[in-house]
Amino acid sequence: MVTLKINEHEIKVAEGTTILDAAKKLSINIPTLCNHQDLCVAGNCRVCVVEQKGARTLVAACAMPVAEGMEINTNSLKVRNARKHIVELLLSEHRADCTKCYKNQNCELQTLANEFSFGEHIFLDLVAGRPYEIDRSSPSFFKDDSKCIRCQRCVRTCSELQHVSAIAVANKGSHQKISSFHDRPMSHVVCTNCGQCVNRCPTGALVEKTYIDQVWDAIYDPEKHVVVQTAPAVRVALGEDLGFDPGVRVTGKMVAALRQLGFDSVLDTDFTADLTIVEEGTELLTRLKKVLVEGDQKVALPMFTSCSPGWIKFIEHKFPHMLPNLSTCKSPQQMFGALAKTFYAEKRGIDPSKVVSVSIMPCTAKKFEADRPEMRSSGYKDIDYVLTTRELAVMIKQAGINFLSLEDEKYDSIMGASTGAAVIFGATGGVMEAALRTAYEIITGRPVPFTNLDIVPVRGMEGVKEATIKIEGTKADWKFLEGAELKVAIAHGLVNANKLVKAVSTGKASYHFIEIMACPGGCLGGGGQPIPTNIEIRKKRMEAIYSEDTHMAIRKSHENPEVVAIYKEFLEEPNGHKSHKLLHTHYVKRESY
Amino acid sequence: MKNKGLTKVDLIFESTDVRKVMKKAFEMTSNEIIEQILESGLKGRGGAGFPTGLKWKYTAAEKEPEKYIVCNADEGEPGTFKDREILDKAAAKVYAGMAIAGKAMGARKGFIYLRGEYRFLLPQLYVELHKFHKLINEIGYDFSIEYRMGSGAYICGEESALFESIEGFRGEPRNKPPYPTVSGLFSKPTSINNVETLVTAMMIIEKGAGEYVKLGTKDSRGSKVFSISGDTPIPGIFELELGMTVQEFVNEFGDGDTKAVQVGGASGFCVPRKKFSETIIGFEGVPTGGSMKLFNSSRSMYNVLHNYLEFFTEESCGQCTPCRVGCQQLYKGIEMVKKGESKSTYLNELVKLADTMKVASKCGLGQSVGNAFRSIVENFREEIIY
Repeated sequence: MVTLKINEHEIKVAEGTTILDAAKKLSINIPTLCNHQDLCVAGNCRVCVVEQKGARTLVAACAMPVAEGMEINTNSLKVRNARKHIVELLLSEHRADCTKCYKNQNCELQTLANEFSFGEHIFLDLVAGRPYEIDRSSPSFFKDDSKCIRCQRCVRTCSELQHVSAIAVANKGSHQKISSFHDRPMSHVVCTNCGQCVNRCPTGALVEKTYIDQVWDAIYDPEKHVVVQTAPAVRVALGEDLGFDPGVRVTGKMVAALRQLGFDSVLDTDFTADLTIVEEGTELLTRLKKVLVEGDQKVALPMFTSCSPGWIKFIEHKFPHMLPNLSTCKSPQQMFGALAKTFYAEKRGIDPSKVVSVSIMPCTAKKFEADRPEMRSSGYKDIDYVLTTRELAVMIKQAGINFLSLEDEKYDSIMGASTGAAVIFGATGGVMEAALRTAYEIITGRPVPFTNLDIVPVRGMEGVKEATIKIEGTKADWKFLEGAELKVAIAHGLVNANKLVKAVSTGKASYHFIEIMACPGGCLGGGGQPIPTNIEIRKKRMEAIYSEDTHMAIRKSHENPEVVAIYKEFLEEPNGHKSHKLLHTHYVKRESY
Repeated sequence: MKNKGLTKVDLIFESTDVRKVMKKAFEMTSNEIIEQILESGLKGRGGAGFPTGLKWKYTAAEKEPEKYIVCNADEGEPGTFKDREILDKAAAKVYAGMAIAGKAMGARKGFIYLRGEYRFLLPQLYVELHKFHKLINEIGYDFSIEYRMGSGAYICGEESALFESIEGFRGEPRNKPPYPTVSGLFSKPTSINNVETLVTAMMIIEKGAGEYVKLGTKDSRGSKVFSISGDTPIPGIFELELGMTVQEFVNEFGDGDTKAVQVGGASGFCVPRKKFSETIIGFEGVPTGGSMKLFNSSRSMYNVLHNYLEFFTEESCGQCTPCRVGCQQLYKGIEMVKKGESKSTYLNELVKLADTMKVASKCGLGQSVGNAFRSIVENFREEIIY
């Protein structure tokens, strides 16, 4: 332990603690910008400088470890002057069009400006009159360098959390900027559109590409029938942008709000999440059967899940030789889209060309996924618009809805029925757990041998998780699996995905089934979720998801009554002809720039 | 303070039997070598002036078996060209200095980070290096040296940015602590020393610290190689005993019309004529890595400052706010004042900004921009405004 004094208060903290964290313990707030809990220390914005007695210069509180007998002043005149200068300098190279900015009132630089810089600016405006170009090439987000303050959070996110490094620091001095390989547009580099950088950008330099106006236009178009689907992770995070603490489930309020916004039918991605489980589970069992019974060596195992579009693009860029291992199932969003303009339109007697299909997703990569040329099997663009959780919150605010006081409402039918298995898709390990609940029961006729169906080993925030399930007492059709040990693994965050895929690809690890989600914590930590994000917030959202599961009447995908019905009325059988046409897809090899 | 006057010496370039010096050093204990260097009072010759003995002592104290000695030959400070001359004329001494430092700290591996523009020296440096490796092999001591090339960025002369560059990353300074002596190149304990420092250290081992302390002053022991340029009839490399005043220096090297001397390059201090006789060149006055630039009355100090600020605006790595944006503000700021588009009092704001950069920048680059800025603006305010 180390004893030091901060603003005359003595405190004992563990060796290696930073001044910033020690101050936090004393409830002393030191402003920061480049610092982010999820990322390594950078110490480059210098907003957190404090005065250390006897030191020649000020020190960065985020980067400086405590030392015995240290005396720190976080608010001396010297500190205040420096901090004001630093905020002023940042503002001088930031195109501050706050009233027009998507991040207005949710901008860390703006907050600091409110505290340190009012009245006349001291320094020259370095961006006025300087030409700038916004990179709008990605279908998921905008990159506006004129608002960038070079804190490098995005760069650290892309390399440390995602192992993608689509963006990096280029040039030096006044020309320094965050750039891509040879300054290519973001749509032409390895970027997976995961939006984790968007989630951590303190300003409006990285924001999602928004489709709010297009959705309003569709809602007000009397010719159109606008259906909306909501992903599992949205319901446990939306509240954060509308006045609730993290971890509050707002499913019923969200449904009510969507109805008030004017959507013609408020439906649930959970329905196609359950459908995914049946399709993907069947695909896995078919692959296993082909390998184990028919000795077909061409069938690729382990099979990877394919729900996460960021992960799909990652493997297409980085491990294209592993593409046969990807499940051919579309993601729940895209299955929903394909069915909305076929099955749903047919059932409701609506001309599919009049159906506008909107999805609310915790994800920015879903915007890219919806734009993929493969995603038009209904004969139309399966998903017309993808909105993030944040965009939905904006719409709710625009409509003047008092979200806090809304009465809970239920999803419409058809395609609105959900199960606990579908809800947990939103958390890392959730798809695996849902798949096991169904697959085990198909094989043995009995529920998975875990108390309350909770498959605890696949849950939690560990980067890579593994589990083995012994299959015993199989039904006649599945005798070949008797006594077999089903080996599964789960990774979330692409840095972990990279480790796991590498281990599999080099033969260092062997599994049958692997779930991968591009974002830390799974979809609940998605790039389209409310800002800020950190491990505590993600844990709260995760608790909420599992609590939602526990509260559901049905908790197995294959028991979703609408899923049962759609096979009877429309799809006929899992992995059947219609399924293949509408619910499955293929992938493309991409260059790794 | 008694000054010693101007004395030319010839120690760095004099011919030496490096085999003998190395053998002598290898027979000494690590402690004995470090004691000698500490006693000599040698301070880093790159400009920052950290006591070399302490640096070696701290590195030696680390338990890690893998350690490095790095020779900083990036020589990027405007107006400095003495390391090129030393490498050109006395490379064997540099190598020997590194081996001795290695012995003192327990490092078996040395790297020389050579300024990109000095690539033309490489063929002859390799010839010398080959001879050195042969020699050290004959002596029976395990130590080797490799060259790594810089690519033209000024910031890569900053020790931790230099490590990043060698490691294959973008040259950006690291947060300190940890200091290089604890975690330097490849996160191993590292002593990083300037070319001249290593040669001087070798010389101290050869002649003994007692002999060395006879030169220079209490705070600035020994002699130093100066790179002299600007308005002087005799530009070039000169080795001078430390402790002279700027006046004595100007008497020798000036053209009779010297109005200012920039001591220590763009990151150093500007000494105006009226302060020549009271300013000592050394750590008690104005420290320098060797760059001495003389300006006569035909020079506009606005242009001098403008040039320095343009340099810093370009050469800041851009990582930290005070340096990246601060340099641009100072650069554009004096332009605005000169053009009359900002009030002359805006200079006061800029001086305050330079002070913030000095205390809040992440590394020595941003911290020292204020040296030239303040000293030029304070002494030549009229030239900046009108």
